[in-house]
Order: sequence, then C-alpha cells, then structure tokens
Amino acid sequence: MPVEVILPKVDMDMTEGTIAKWHVKDGDAVRTGTLLFEIETGKAAMEIEAPCDGVIRDISAGEGAVVPVGRAVAFIYRDGEIALEPGVAPSVRPEKPIPPASGHIPATPLARRLARQGGISLDKITGSGPRGRIAAADIQATLAKPQQAVTDDFEVMPVDGMRRAIAQRLTLSKQTVPHFYLSLRCDLTRLTDCRDRLNAQAPRDANNLAAWKLSINDFIIKALALALQQVPDANVTWAEDGIRRYRVSDVAVAVAVEGGLFTPVVKSAETKSLSRISLEMKDLAARARGRKLLPEEYRGGATTISNLGMFGIEQFTAIINPPHATILAVGAGTQDFLPVNGLPALRSRMACTLSCDHRAVDGAVGARLLAAFRDFIEEPALMLA
Amino acid sequence: MNAPARMLSYAQAIQEALAQAMEADERVFLMGEDIGVYGGAFQVTGDLVHRFGEDRVMDTPISELGAAGVAVGAALAGCRPVLEFQFSDFATLAMEQIVNQAAKMRFMLGGKVSVPLVMRFPCGSGTGAAAQHSQSLEAWLAHVPGLKVVQPSTPYDAKGLLLAAIDDPDPVMFFEHKLLYKMQGEVPEEAYRVPIGKAAIRRSGRDVTIVATSIMVHRALEAAEVLAGEGIEAEVIDLRTLRPLDTAPIIESVKKTSRLACVYEGVKTLGIGAEISAMIAESEAFDYLDAPILRLGGTESPIPYNPVLEKAAVPQTSGIIERVRDLVKGRI
Repeated sequence: MPVEVILPKVDMDMTEGTIAKWHVKDGDAVRTGTLLFEIETGKAAMEIEAPCDGVIRDISAGEGAVVPVGRAVAFIYRDGEIALEPGVAPSVRPEKPIPPASGHIPATPLARRLARQGGISLDKITGSGPRGRIAAADIQATLAKPQQAVTDDFEVMPVDGMRRAIAQRLTLSKQTVPHFYLSLRCDLTRLTDCRDRLNAQAPRDANNLAAWKLSINDFIIKALALALQQVPDANVTWAEDGIRRYRVSDVAVAVAVEGGLFTPVVKSAETKSLSRISLEMKDLAARARGRKLLPEEYRGGATTISNLGMFGIEQFTAIINPPHATILAVGAGTQDFLPVNGLPALRSRMACTLSCDHRAVDGAVGARLLAAFRDFIEEPALMLA
Repeated sequence: MNAPARMLSYAQAIQEALAQAMEADERVFLMGEDIGVYGGAFQVTGDLVHRFGEDRVMDTPISELGAAGVAVGAALAGCRPVLEFQFSDFATLAMEQIVNQAAKMRFMLGGKVSVPLVMRFPCGSGTGAAAQHSQSLEAWLAHVPGLKVVQPSTPYDAKGLLLAAIDDPDPVMFFEHKLLYKMQGEVPEEAYRVPIGKAAIRRSGRDVTIVATSIMVHRALEAAEVLAGEGIEAEVIDLRTLRPLDTAPIIESVKKTSRLACVYEGVKTLGIGAEISAMIAESEAFDYLDAPILRLGGTESPIPYNPVLEKAAVPQTSGIIERVRDLVKGRI
C-alpha cells in the first residue's frame, strides 16, 4: 500500500490545519526527510517531511486548503507500487470537497460552459461532485445567488488558520468563561527610576553594546510571576478534571504580529533575572513575528500579559486566553497630580485590569494577586527579596 | 375502426420476413445448418422448407467457412442469400469470407460488384449455453468497413430490418438475441421495411440518455420505469444499427440530458459503448456533458455456465437502475 501523508497534529488542541505551501508536486521523487509541505495552525507554521522514500502522488489538498487533522493529503508510492485509479486515493472518501492541489479545477464540460456564459470564475465555486468536481448545478446555484454589486465598498479577505483560531478560541472564551474584572493603578516612580539606573549601569562589551536594556514590560512579567508565587490560588487553570494549580509561574505575553497575535510563554519567570527575561522576550517576540515559534513555546501557563501602553491606551479589559484563568491588561503610564503629604505631586501611574475566570479564581483571590503585583511594581526592590 | 393488433413472436416475425422476401424475389434463398426439415436450431426457419423446397431452404454441411464462401459467391453471381449461423459465436469460423471477401469486394472491384447477402446470428447469453455459444461479437463485425451490422430488439424491427437487409446491396450482419425469440410484439402483415442506420427513441426523458442495444433496450426500459418512480426521467435510445451508427439522435439527446449511459451485452472494454462514448466526446454534445460517461457492458470473462455467474457477467436491470441513479445523482 502507498504510504499516507497525513496532516499531523502538531498542537494539542489542533483540529485542522491550513496547507500553506507545497514544496513538491505530484510525481516528484522524494526521500525520507524531503520537505513536503508547510502547514499553518492557529499559531504556527510547521514543515512536514516525507516519512519514506518514493514518489509523491494523489495530492488532494491544495495550498490554502483547510484540512482536518489526520486526513491524508497525499500518498507516497514506493518502488513497484502503482496508482489504483487516477485520483482515487485509497483512503476514506472526504466528507467535504477539497480543492485540488494542481491549478486544475475539476468541472464538467457543461459546468465550464455555463460558468463561461455566466461570467463567473470556477475557482470561486465549491464542487459538490466526487473529488470536488463542479457540476452544472453548482454553477446554477452560484448564479442564482444575488450577485454582489460591482460597486461594493468592501473587499473580502481570506482568513488564515491563525485568524480562524483567534476567532474560535476567543469566541469560546467570551461565551463560556465567566469573566470578571479588577482594576487598579500602579505608581511607576520607583520602577522607572530602577529601570533607568539598571540600564545605565549595564555592562558593556568591546563594541560598547549594553548587556541588557530592560523595558517596563520585563518588570511586569517578573512582577506578575512573583505575585503568582505569593498567591498560588491564582496560579491555576480550570480543567474538566479539576482546578490545576501550578508550581511555577509560566507567563504568556501577547505579541502582535502581521495578521494576528501570538502568546509565547516565559517559563518559570519567577526564577529568572530581569535581564534574562528581557533577552528571552526579545527572542520570542522576534520569532513570533516570523511565525517560527515551536508549539511548546506558546503552550502552557496560567496567565497572559497584554500590554497596549505603547499605543497610549490608558486602560482596557482583555479576553482570557483559554485555558488561562487570568489575563492582565496593562495600559500606558499617565501622569497626574496627586496629594502627597498634603501637597500636590506629579506622579506617573499605569492602569492595570485583571480579567479573571470566576470558575477558578474568585474575586478576593484575584484582588490579592493584583495587589501583590502592584506591590512589586511600586517597590521593585521587593523582587530581590 | 382499427383492426386488433397482430401479435407475433420475434422468431415468427423473422420467419415471416424470410417468407415474404422469398415470395417477392426468386433470387432470395436460405442457407444454414439444420434449417430445412429440422427447422433451425431455434426453429426460426420452421417449415419454410416445405413451402419453398430444398433448393431455396438449403441445409449446409457443418462448415461455416464453406457456407459463407458459397453465400459470398452466390451474392456476387446475382443471388440474395440469407445464411443462418446456429450461434453467432461461429462467425469466428467464417471470418475470412465475411471480413476479407464479403466486406471488400465492392471496394476492390471499383464498385462494379456488390455482395447482397445477409448473415443471421443468434447471439447473447442467458440460455445456459456456456462460453462458446453465448457471446456477443457484434462489435467485432461492426469494426469492418463494408459490412452493415443490425441488432433488432423487437419483433416489429426484426421483420422490418430483415426485409431491409435482404433488399440491401451490401452484406448485412443480422444479430438476433436468443432470449428475444419468444418475445411477442405487434407485427403488421404487409412487407414493411425498417431502415438500416436509424436508431429509435423508445422513451423520452430529460435527465439521462441511455443508449442500449438488443435485449439491453428492454432492461434499460425496465430500469427507466423504476427510476421514473424516483423522479429520474431517462431517455432510452435503441441503437438498432451498429454500423452505420446513427449519431444524430444520440448527440441531440445528450445535449438535452447532459448525461450518457451506454448499456450493451458485449464485453465492455473496446465495445460499442467505447465508440458511442468517444463519438459524444468528439461531438458538439461534449460541451453539454455534466457527468462522466457511464458504460455498462459484459465483464472481462467468458460467459460462465453457472447460471448465477452467467447473469452476473452481463448487465441486469437492477445494476442499470443503481448505476444510472448514481450517474444522475452526481455520485460518479
């Protein structure tokens, strides 16, 4: 039997993947390890290699096709094996049509003629016949639909796997996770002072490059990690088998990328120095933007940090990223005159809003976590204690 | 007031055509193994020997090649021989005379001669006659320019086509399905002709065109009746003549229905269905096809003796219903 090339499950909660790019075409000879295709899941691009030597045939899912996990997308015929019937892969029949891999769109002659006469393109139509073949009825159904006016003031942009995953996961979260929100403001006076002094005193190498350049966000990661250690009842996730309480503080950080966002995880952040967190975060963010994160790099954790301060957003609330129990929405530092010792003083503060999953984190627990976080921000020296 | 329909069997209709042809034209005579006193292997010639004498209803030795050679010679000499084979399978013995002589003479002699003979071939499976007496070899002969090949499916056509075949100036291969001999049908008494080279639309329909030959016409009509109950309207075309092929009604029908199924008893591969499929693919009807073309024909095997396997070796009504339904529902 020819060897099936399936769409693998590369992520725990992955149910389908998008074929991003084929590196081989039907009839190509491949060796074990030859790069066959790239898939895009909700979060990452993965390269899939040939499992054995042979000739690749029966590619049934083209670039852009969304394929369920485990579905055969091609076959590798080893020496002496011949195709059963052209185009008929020896697997279960797909329950929904899959666009063909090659540029050829299967359509009956009548369907082609009707499409030509109707001025519609076959690549806009999903065939209902075997192997996705377009029949006259498919064309007629398309023609029967009200046509979009040519003066439409919008364009429809195709949705990739990441966009689809964001849509599904956040819809699920907002609809099924009972959110509540806690807000406070953290005074940044000592933190900015501390950051400035640490950055000023960073050792420099022969090229005069500083060993670190800490950002406020690096302090926020560490502060939240330490706060979770102080309030372990908040370092949890809701699961079917019970509430899972974690021993380490894995902190996910939302990173905006072209077309969406990733949430790479800083593992055991409570144990790491600020400079180490800073370097790790720079690396994770860069690879997230290149969509080169490995699944284990965005998996796990009980909380997420989403910081929109750099856009001048003063305060916002975030949707929990399942299965996390909390997400901390961090706003920009803003300056206010506050009464200090009876006199007005200019203080810089940032608003933080913690969204909590009430199934796992009650109001008091969430409040203790946020208060502990504020204590670390307002007195960074506590992070050394 | 119309007279009540005159019913004859398919075999009787052929016998009547032979008798009327001999009465009308003294050049017409019959040859064949045991066609005289015995009345023919399938009793088609019956008692004609008593009406027309042994000079016009001639028993031949058991040599199909010899008899075919006599028929070709007689035709070249101005007679109108009608040669009966006991089974169409034995055409293989006479191929030299049929293919190299009868089919070629008009062309090789610049049109100065013609070979006006008819060879009658009882054909087909279903009688338990096993591998050497059950074949459907009509496509073999239909492959040869210079021959005409007909396959009547009804008593009416059997008589009319046989009279037309005897009139025809060229060799006509006349295939009679053995299972049809007892079939009753309306047959007028007068000596009418059914033109060679004309197909007949047996049932009109909008959803699928079924082109069938010989006994398969009846199975296709039964299938069409069942499918009609499911809302599938099949158009059934009886080919009647394999060569020359009447392409126009098939093309017109496929342009209307957009789907084509060919049902024939001969082996599916390289059979008449292949020719019809290719003809449609080459025709203007191609642009009207909305599904792959379906062929239902004999399996890749000799006709088995076992009666269950014998049935399984050629299309049956249930299989036609199933496959044509799949075709119309877009499942193939």
